[in-house]
Amino acid sequence: MNLNLHLKVWRQASPNAKGSFQDIEARDIPDHASFLEMMDIVNERLIADGKEPVAFDHDCREGICGMCSMVINGRPHGPERATTTCQLHMRKFRNGDTIWIEPFRARAFPVMKDLMVDRSAFDRIMAAGGFVSVRTGAPQDANALPIGKEVADAAMDAAACIGCGACVASCKNASAMLFVSAKIGQLNALPQGQPEKHRRTLGMVRQMDKEGFGNCTNQYECEAACPKDVSRTWIASMNKDFAVASGREALLASARERSEGD
Amino acid sequence: MLDSKIPSGPLSEKWSKHKRDSKLINPKNKRKYTVIVVGSGLAGASAAASLSELGYKVKCFCFQDSPRRAHSIAAQGGINAAKNYQNDGDSIYRLFYDTIKGGDFRAREGNVYRLAEVSANIIDQCVAQGVPFAREYGGLLANRSFGGAQVSRTFYARGQTGQQLLLGAYSALSKEIASGNVQMYSRSEMLELVTVDGHAKGIITRNLTTGKVEAHAADCVLLCTGGYGNVFYLSTNAMGCNVTATWRAHKKGAFFANPCYTQIHPTCIPVSGDYQSKLTLMSESLRNDGRVWAPKKKGDNRHPSQIPEDERDYYLERKYPSFGNLAPRDISSRAAKEACDDGRGVGPGGRGVYLDFSEAIEKFGEQTIRERYGNLFDMYERITGENAYKQPMRIYPAVHYTMGGLWVDYNLMSNLPGLHVLGEANFSDHGANRLGASALMQGLADGYFVIPTTIANYLVTQKPGAITTDNAEFKRALEDVNARTHRLLNIKGKRSVDSFHRELGLLVWEKCGMARDFDGLTSALEKIPALRDEFWNNVNIPGSGEAVNQELEKAGRVADFLEFAELLCLDARHREESCGGHFRSEHQTEDGEAKRDDANFTYAAAWEHTGDFSKPSLHKEELQFEEVHLAVRSYK
Repeated sequence: MNLNLHLKVWRQASPNAKGSFQDIEARDIPDHASFLEMMDIVNERLIADGKEPVAFDHDCREGICGMCSMVINGRPHGPERATTTCQLHMRKFRNGDTIWIEPFRARAFPVMKDLMVDRSAFDRIMAAGGFVSVRTGAPQDANALPIGKEVADAAMDAAACIGCGACVASCKNASAMLFVSAKIGQLNALPQGQPEKHRRTLGMVRQMDKEGFGNCTNQYECEAACPKDVSRTWIASMNKDFAVASGREALLASARERSEGD
Repeated sequence: MLDSKIPSGPLSEKWSKHKRDSKLINPKNKRKYTVIVVGSGLAGASAAASLSELGYKVKCFCFQDSPRRAHSIAAQGGINAAKNYQNDGDSIYRLFYDTIKGGDFRAREGNVYRLAEVSANIIDQCVAQGVPFAREYGGLLANRSFGGAQVSRTFYARGQTGQQLLLGAYSALSKEIASGNVQMYSRSEMLELVTVDGHAKGIITRNLTTGKVEAHAADCVLLCTGGYGNVFYLSTNAMGCNVTATWRAHKKGAFFANPCYTQIHPTCIPVSGDYQSKLTLMSESLRNDGRVWAPKKKGDNRHPSQIPEDERDYYLERKYPSFGNLAPRDISSRAAKEACDDGRGVGPGGRGVYLDFSEAIEKFGEQTIRERYGNLFDMYERITGENAYKQPMRIYPAVHYTMGGLWVDYNLMSNLPGLHVLGEANFSDHGANRLGASALMQGLADGYFVIPTTIANYLVTQKPGAITTDNAEFKRALEDVNARTHRLLNIKGKRSVDSFHRELGLLVWEKCGMARDFDGLTSALEKIPALRDEFWNNVNIPGSGEAVNQELEKAGRVADFLEFAELLCLDARHREESCGGHFRSEHQTEDGEAKRDDANFTYAAAWEHTGDFSKPSLHKEELQFEEVHLAVRSYK
């Protein structure tokens, strides 16, 4: 079955240009097509009419690279639970629907063009501690460090994050805490991550604040929008880890002051 | 003459010997060298991180908005390693042999042995980084089986192994970015290789955000830019995957080896319409529990549940009883094509076969199957609207991986001094067919363990920082890139970039896909130049070069595919034998299996660009088999 749709697409020529919604009629869209294939069809027609196609980020189109974004009818990645935009298919829409398509919006994700945003803040947060400091070389045999299945599974649950930023886009505070807590949670849960646990937590949380992301006020829109079902409970464990790490930091600082005072 | 520089001595000692004999650069001097790494997938990220740890200054480039998005991330099933944790008789030798045999005896022994040898270190390295591999209740690492092997040596992280390995490499890269030793350039696409006196000394990039064309100089260049599967338009590759970096290098003198070795993966979701932009893989790991079948009767369009057991043809189990559903990819793909060509295909257009889990669900329960493959079943349902717990999946082969690539020696250096090529972008380790779970292994082997040792062999011969972007070659390359962009933008024709890409893809899929023959390839070779001409006269690219312009990005890539496709078909036509993924209909056994011609084709075909796309010059690297006996590759 084919669909006729009314699109309201955010068009913005450049980061500092003023943007607005453009009405686009998308006629005769196959319902087996994916949402991005619908956008491809629309773009092909715009080009044929001598107009500029809609710019949007995408790459793997199988829900894992995290490059596609878009807020569809007010929801990051659209209406399907645990589904990225690229995995959303047109059979989930009805003939005659109006679809609003916008970029992910957050102060820390400036719009570059149309539906493309700059998410490099996430890379900077990762560089502030999202790793285990192990050099390439000769680590011990992998099985020399047994890790309980429950711990490994929990770490994998957190590690499933694809870094798309839907959590930020869904949050009224544009908080990145689900993203940050998932990486901290993965590494802090594992024995390999213990030596740098406090440093990592402080580094990543502080970078997150520096980038201009907001705070969490416990609405959990992030969890509902997450295409990989990353759980909000990671935020709680990050808050705990952060409290411990900052307390420890303060104690160490005051101990140092005391010893310097001697 | 092509010198593979394989070290002398017994196979199992070559790599140790080479490590011992390789040059060293003292830590103080390493800091003076700059290395350019293009691509941030498994090979690129692991190389950039490891070289930076050693002290080299690294500039790393990717076209995506973050290095974490490279297409290695999409690998699902797993990574092989000869750990023998299962005590099922695995060994370095066995992984080596399986890989050589899987590649239909068209890979280098020395490289493949090294790959098997370092495979175990990769797992250790990744675990140390915090990669959450699947584990057993006792806390030890779990394994699964993959095609072309009779042991369980595949490590995995649910159905997201590539993602987890890439995030591990990306975390190592992030650590080095934080240290200031790696400068990362995201949303930057390499558009030209710069050579100075025949040595690779830099690249020209386009900043995809601002459109700015920039020159970058270094002491050597690493291309880790993946394969060329998107020449077929429809493939399991990401939309942005392209041949541009390796093709630009080829046009600057680097030899392109064995382009006709392309891998068609047997278990992908079938094509559903002409709007389709890509094909989605269903991991090979599914064949651990799924049984592949087609109806015995032609044109049987009953619902699968209505087709009784004795009217089903479990053709892999029938034809290859000892490997069954775990037969290698090339063989499984051709068998699916055969069933469909025979009129026994299922689903729209009759291009599909069933992958059936009902027996496994009955045996282990739906919950277990959900735990093993839940994300794949979910993905299948999103795309097709069908529930694979209730009815079999429909699958069909699709282009997935390319074994060919730039020719490299044992040091991973191409024939152009200074140009190193890692991962899928090179040709070295998989011969004519790659076994499942070996791509991740090779990418990480090259990046973590091979290049950190071998790069010094080139660098010691170079004075660090001797070449800068002030060199006239950089100016010339910049002008070339700008002129090309200008030309593309000013064609202002009638057809979109995608329409050319689709037409090219369909042509090479039909004539140079799962089965090829001389006449078909000849007709493709007539049509490709004509399509290329039309592209350069009739493509329509809106917008300018001074800002984000995704049509311009695609146009540059498609222009290169239009040139590369000719070499692909020429190589396929010249190789008058069938081997692995290269199946020439003229060369098959009585029961339809690939028939090699060892007397005449036991070589890697390395093509040199001559300026005329129809007349590249062929250099042969004869493959020396000292350890294995060239055998008929049987999985029966």
